[in-house]
Amino acid sequence: MSEVEFDHHADRSRMQVSDEVAIEVVNMNKWYGSFHVLRDINLTVNRGERIVICGPSGSGKSTLIRCMNRLEEHQAGKIIVDGIELTSDLKNIDKVRREVGMVFQHFNLFPHLTILENCTLAPIWVRKTPRREAEETAMHFLEKVKIPEQAHKYPGQLSGGQQQRVAIARSLCMKPRIMLFDEPTSALDPEMIKEVLDTMIELAEEGMTMLVVTHEMGFAKEVANRVIFMDAGQIVEQNEPEEFFSNPQSERTKLFLSQIL
Amino acid sequence: MSDKVTAYVRTEMLEEKAPPSLNTGPLGWIKENLFPNWFSSILTLVSLWIIYKMLAAFIPWAFGGVWNASSLNECREILQGVDAACWAVIHERFWQLMYGFYPDHLYWRPNLALILLIVALIPVLFDGAPRKLLWISVATPFVGPWLLWGGTIWTPVAAALGFVVGIAVYRLVASALSNLAGLVLGPLAAVIWWILLAGRFSDLVSSILPLGIEPVESRKFGGFMLAITLGITGIAASFPLGIILALGRQSNLIIVKTLSVGFIEFIRGVPLITLLFVAQVMLAYFLPKGTDFDIILRVMIMITLFAAAYMAEVIRGGLAALPKGQYEAADALGLNYWQAQRLIIMPQALKIAIPGIVSTFIGLFKDTTLVSIIGLADPIGWVKYIQADAAWNGIVWELYGFVALVFFIICFSMSRYSMYLERKLETGHK
Ligand SMILES: Nc1ncnc2c1ncn2[C@@H]1O[C@H](COP(=O)(O)OP(=O)(O)OP(=O)(O)O)[C@@H](O)[C@H]1O
Ligand SMILES: [Mg+2]
Repeated sequence: MSEVEFDHHADRSRMQVSDEVAIEVVNMNKWYGSFHVLRDINLTVNRGERIVICGPSGSGKSTLIRCMNRLEEHQAGKIIVDGIELTSDLKNIDKVRREVGMVFQHFNLFPHLTILENCTLAPIWVRKTPRREAEETAMHFLEKVKIPEQAHKYPGQLSGGQQQRVAIARSLCMKPRIMLFDEPTSALDPEMIKEVLDTMIELAEEGMTMLVVTHEMGFAKEVANRVIFMDAGQIVEQNEPEEFFSNPQSERTKLFLSQIL
Repeated sequence: MSDKVTAYVRTEMLEEKAPPSLNTGPLGWIKENLFPNWFSSILTLVSLWIIYKMLAAFIPWAFGGVWNASSLNECREILQGVDAACWAVIHERFWQLMYGFYPDHLYWRPNLALILLIVALIPVLFDGAPRKLLWISVATPFVGPWLLWGGTIWTPVAAALGFVVGIAVYRLVASALSNLAGLVLGPLAAVIWWILLAGRFSDLVSSILPLGIEPVESRKFGGFMLAITLGITGIAASFPLGIILALGRQSNLIIVKTLSVGFIEFIRGVPLITLLFVAQVMLAYFLPKGTDFDIILRVMIMITLFAAAYMAEVIRGGLAALPKGQYEAADALGLNYWQAQRLIIMPQALKIAIPGIVSTFIGLFKDTTLVSIIGLADPIGWVKYIQADAAWNGIVWELYGFVALVFFIICFSMSRYSMYLERKLETGHK
């Protein structure tokens, strides 16, 4: 795994972790049919934390973060996001989804809408923001991810890295308090990986609570305050990044790190 | 061969150049496409000869035809053995082929209805039209039929009130109970209104305030006016119904899903003509005695249901072609089911399904000719009546040719429109 060189190093002094709990997962279990994908997950995320989740393919990383905005349903245990417990109650699910942004591996932009429309759609229809205001917010975030000039193009006309930055801007337009990233850079070429990671570092510096599934260990070292290693549907090890990389405890972690570093 | 690598470093970057010109003029095109080698050249010549032979037979027949005569025999006398068309039959019977027995002093009514429809379609089909035209789009479904059948103005008003009743009940129930209950009870209230109350309402009001135009009975409808009436109502009604069925088929609610699948599979499993026979004969048994349920309305319902089943499957194809990520992104942004369907899923699924949707429309329009079998006087029905007339007995090509030409023009326009639409909706996404 190549490590990306960052233009500017993240300013960790600006990343404050508060005592307030953002996400609480208690004894959570999930099955796909009879297959036990997530086993007894316990995890507390405080506001302002930047957590990197890694682990071998099929270990349940995506499933875990997709449970946190109920794209997947868990069958046992509790998930409490922003003080709201996720159950089959649609009203609660909608509330949580309004506060939690998600960025996907394959961007999932809406190809029939322009970049600007992609960014204003949810604020207008979900938050009932007036169109003018939604457009101003969208332009603000498009500037932040450094592609305001593409606002009137369609996603199909952008490069992968640009599309992923739009996807980040689209999530930010909902003014979420928590951001979930599921391998945001693994469909990208190295040059584009950097532009996306730079955007994510800036976001971290602004104090966003972030859960990031990624194999970019450079990013983990730069911004994460905690690295979680998952295997076979369980959290095997979690630690501060320096400790995690220099002194892994479990054999599985050591094996995994030796393979990807 | 040596192992030595010749090192090379570019010192100057190349300038951008214009692409090579592909335009070599018409002669170049002909040479390249029609006569690239001897085999293709022979094929080209043979094809040209066949086309020439066909046109040489057809053009004198069609353009040397007789336009003014009152019977086939008179045509033959005028032609004196020359083999040419007897277009006089079209000339003589043109208005019947177009309007059937619709009273001729009232032709303006179907004409006006058609113009109204075209105006109503503009804001639907093309963007950039003035928003105010949408009012006409909303009014046309009620005013159009009223123009065709005439009668009291209160009938279309009563029909429109059904929607008001439905929406009012939906709003009330949705806020008092739940959205789902509203979705069930709202349409139910509208249907109850239409079946039980609308008739009484319009009778009552028109006895107080009689406002209306001369009524025209259904059996006087005929010709292309009938075909177009059936085709347009079928298209307009089967499209939303098809969307609902396609969504129903994908629903998590087991009852909704079973009903949708059952309906689609049943309708696709029987020929349209049997449904039309049902409309003609059977429906009368199911309805209360004495209810006057118009035959054209019955046929419209059957054609609509039939096309809706096919439409549902075509749209399901579009839905299946959408990546799962689109649903997930919509969910993750907090859009609810209906918002996601309307803003994200349907615009893309329908775009993918355009060719299939338009094929279904064209098929539906052509299938309206089947109503001639149950005794309605559509263009094919009229061709048979005219052939049965002693004056025109034995005429075939001219009549069927004319009917085919009109159908072709209409269907071809639909197909061209669909190509325009596909180009317009293209956003460079693969
Ligand atoms: N919809 C599904 N139905 C059944 N099994 C599934 C489903 N989705 C995922 N799985 C299984 O659950 C396990 C965990 O999947 P998940 O996508 O969470 O892995 P991951 O850690 O994200 O892997 P990767 O690094 O490859 O993305 C895998 O074994 C996968 O095969
Ligand atoms: Mg994954």
